[in-house]
Amino acid sequence: MPTYIALTYTADVDWSSPEQADEMAEYREFGAAARAVIRGGSALYPTATATTVRVSGGKGGDVLTTDGPYAETKEALTGFYLLECADLDEAVATVAQMPAAWNGAVEVRPIIPL
Amino acid sequence: MLTGDAARQRGRAADTAQVIPVAADVAARVVRAERSRILATLIRVTGSVDLAEDATQDAVVRALQTWPRDGVPDNPRGWLLVVARRRAVDMIRREAHRAGKEAEAVALLDPAPDSPEAVRDDLLRLVFTCCHPALSLDAQVALALRTLGGLATAEVARALVVPEATMAKRLTRAKQKITRAGIPYRIPAAEELPGRLAAVAATVYLIFNEGYAAGTGDDLMRVGLADEGLRLARLLVELMPDEPTVLGLLALLLLQDSRRLARVDDDGRPLLLTEQDRSRWDRAAITTGVALVGQALRRTPNDPDRYVVQAAIAACHALAPSYDQTPWDAVISWYDVLLTVHDTPVVRLNRAAAVAERDGPAAGLALVDAIDGLAGYPWFHATRGELLYRLHRSDEAAMAYRAALALDLNGPQAARLRDRLAEC
Repeated sequence: MPTYIALTYTADVDWSSPEQADEMAEYREFGAAARAVIRGGSALYPTATATTVRVSGGKGGDVLTTDGPYAETKEALTGFYLLECADLDEAVATVAQMPAAWNGAVEVRPIIPL
Repeated sequence: MLTGDAARQRGRAADTAQVIPVAADVAARVVRAERSRILATLIRVTGSVDLAEDATQDAVVRALQTWPRDGVPDNPRGWLLVVARRRAVDMIRREAHRAGKEAEAVALLDPAPDSPEAVRDDLLRLVFTCCHPALSLDAQVALALRTLGGLATAEVARALVVPEATMAKRLTRAKQKITRAGIPYRIPAAEELPGRLAAVAATVYLIFNEGYAAGTGDDLMRVGLADEGLRLARLLVELMPDEPTVLGLLALLLLQDSRRLARVDDDGRPLLLTEQDRSRWDRAAITTGVALVGQALRRTPNDPDRYVVQAAIAACHALAPSYDQTPWDAVISWYDVLLTVHDTPVVRLNRAAAVAERDGPAAGLALVDAIDGLAGYPWFHATRGELLYRLHRSDEAAMAYRAALALDLNGPQAARLRDRLAEC
């Protein structure tokens, strides 16, 4: 069965703050309902905590770090799930139950098993 | 003097003198009818669109070489399936990493004719996979023409006015997405069917319109898309004879296409509905189209379907003996129904034009001016121009025609509007 990553793009909120408690409860509900296909995943701290790393001049070169996410967008990457589903239709049906799907958007990508 | 090839061909013809050879175009027609069905079955069995395409192509080439000489076999589908299957097994065996079970599965494929239901289900799988919403509309159109229509990549590219290399890349990407993202090869469950059918209908309608919009242009490949669209719509009706959406779609395409010959004058200039010679409309297509509308309406008494309603509007026009006798009340009522299921600015514009015919240009113009979001649509400005012209507001009409001309229009359409502008 293929495994998919579901990347949630929503407002850049702090999931650890009490204001998000209601939505976190919705995610826990989703997590319980979709337990059969969820293989992992996490919520992410806000993009303000992100550090983007680049190495210039190839392997072993200077490590350049910048404060902030890779891409500044209105909706930010705020979490991810790993889903093991029969096919894309099942993955899409699962993702459609995540709060991020109506509060933002969810990108579904098949992963290459390594 | 004979060249080597011709001599060989003559020799071969003498060897097979006792069989009745068939014209090459007969063989080509039979092959074309079976091609997509063979492909659809092979995709299910091999799980790979690419592999199935190569194997099917191989069988098609062999059939086109041998059938004109030896005659079409009694069971063309069985013949093609045996050849394609053999080729698929060869290819799988050569690919070491695919060896094993899959080769067995293909080898086990029963070359005897499948039940009509099994053949139909395979084709349906192919239809729904090509028109899967996870594929871009561009990719869906290209895939449908390539796999269901059986057009070569170069032909698809020419029809859609895209460089062949771009089209090849588009098709490769689409097939890769099907494989890698795990787009399933299956018929949607009953509860998802309406939505998925709408996507299939949209793709076929787009294909038809690409050709229809090209009118009687010189680019025959492009004009041929209207026929491809009709062919696909007929296939959908054959596969799903009880689905109102596909009945409505075929009806709509037939009724629109019935005007094909009357749509332009002898110089190739487009003619409006008011100006067309209705005796040149295709009566047979209208009769079939109207009957389909009736069938579809009986199946959707309480929940109107977008294509069925659009076909009903087209039927009102098709059955009117002259433009003046168009039943505008009925047309406007159907537009009201259409707005309940498909409320778009273009539908509102068309409804406004119908209201103008029934209640006069002022009533139509008030509705047109209330529509938002069509500033970039040339026919919005052209319709305003026409209504303002009828209201003798020449300066405003001229401005509207100029706004239309500043937007994207094909040559004959623009020429027509320039003539109107000159009259303002």
